[in-house]
Amino acid sequence: MSDTPSHDHDHDHSHGPHPYQPDSEDTPYEHHQVMAEAVGELLIEKGVITADEMRAMIELIDSKSPAEGARIIAHAWTDPNFKMRVLENVNDAAAELDIDAGTIPIRAVENTDDVHNVIVCTLCSCYPRQMIGLPPDWYKSRSYRSRVVYEPRAVLKEFGTNISVKTEVRVHDSTADLRYLVIPKRPDDSEDMSEDELAALVTRDSMIGVTSL
Amino acid sequence: MSNSYLVGDAVDVRIAYPPGHLRAPFFIRGKSGTIDQVVGDYHNPEELAYGRKGTEKLMLYRVRFNQTDVWNNYTGPSKDSLIVDIYENWLEPNEGALK
Repeated sequence: MSDTPSHDHDHDHSHGPHPYQPDSEDTPYEHHQVMAEAVGELLIEKGVITADEMRAMIELIDSKSPAEGARIIAHAWTDPNFKMRVLENVNDAAAELDIDAGTIPIRAVENTDDVHNVIVCTLCSCYPRQMIGLPPDWYKSRSYRSRVVYEPRAVLKEFGTNISVKTEVRVHDSTADLRYLVIPKRPDDSEDMSEDELAALVTRDSMIGVTSL
Repeated sequence: MSNSYLVGDAVDVRIAYPPGHLRAPFFIRGKSGTIDQVVGDYHNPEELAYGRKGTEKLMLYRVRFNQTDVWNNYTGPSKDSLIVDIYENWLEPNEGALK
C-alpha cells in the first residue's frame, strides 16, 4: 500500500474520488413531481384518459424534433407560395409535408433584413412542442424569460448573434393561445443547395430566433 | 363575439393586481401599445385555470409596444419592439393617444 505522495502545497483540494452524480432514486422526490404523478393517476382512474392514451401522447411528443420544423423552413425558402401559406397558418402548411403540428395554432414570423424576431414565453414556457420537440432548458429558465424582453440584444449577443442597429429586434411574448416559429433568413451562398441540404442548416435555436444562419 | 379594437388602435394594458392565475405579464401592465392583430376569440384561460368551463369567450389580440415605452432605460434602437398576446379583458382604450 502506498502512502499519499509527500508534497508541500496547501491541501485546498481533495485527493479522494470525485463525488458521484446521485442516482435519481436518491434525489428528493419533489412536491410537483408527486402532484404531477397523482394527477396522471387520477385521470386514468376516473376514466378521463386511458393509460394507453397517455403513453401515446408522451411518445408523440418525444418523437418530435427540430428536424420537422427545419423541413418546413427549407421548403418555404425554396417555394414562395408555400412560404405564404406558412405565414398564414403553420399547422395547415405542415400538414402538406405530412407533419402533424398538433391543434394549438402556430404562427410563423419571418426574419428579414429589416426585422429580427425572437420568441419567449415570459409567463411559462409555451413553445411549439408538437412540431419541433421539447424546448431547451435555457428557454424555460427565469433568466432567459426575464432578460430577453428587456435586453434582447444583450441576450442575442450571448448566443453569438449580433443584430445591426438598422434592424428592428422584435420580441414575441407568447403568453396565450398561440405558439410561434421563426423563419430564419436564408443564408447567403445557399442558392445551389438542395432542399435536404438547406434543411440540415436550420437549427432549433434559429427557429427560436436566438441565432441567425 | 366581436372585437372592440381594430388593428392600429391605441390601447393601454390595465393596471390591476387581482389574485389568481392571470395571463397578462406584470411588466406590461400600465403600458401603452397598438393593436397589431386581432387573433380571434378563445375561452378565458383565467377561468379555465380553475376548472370552470370558461364559456365566456374573450377576444385575443397581438399588441405591439415600443421597447422604449416599456422600459425607462432601454438601450437598443427606438425601432425595437415587443409583441405580447393579450386578452381583451386586460385592455382599455388609450383615449389620449394620437392616431
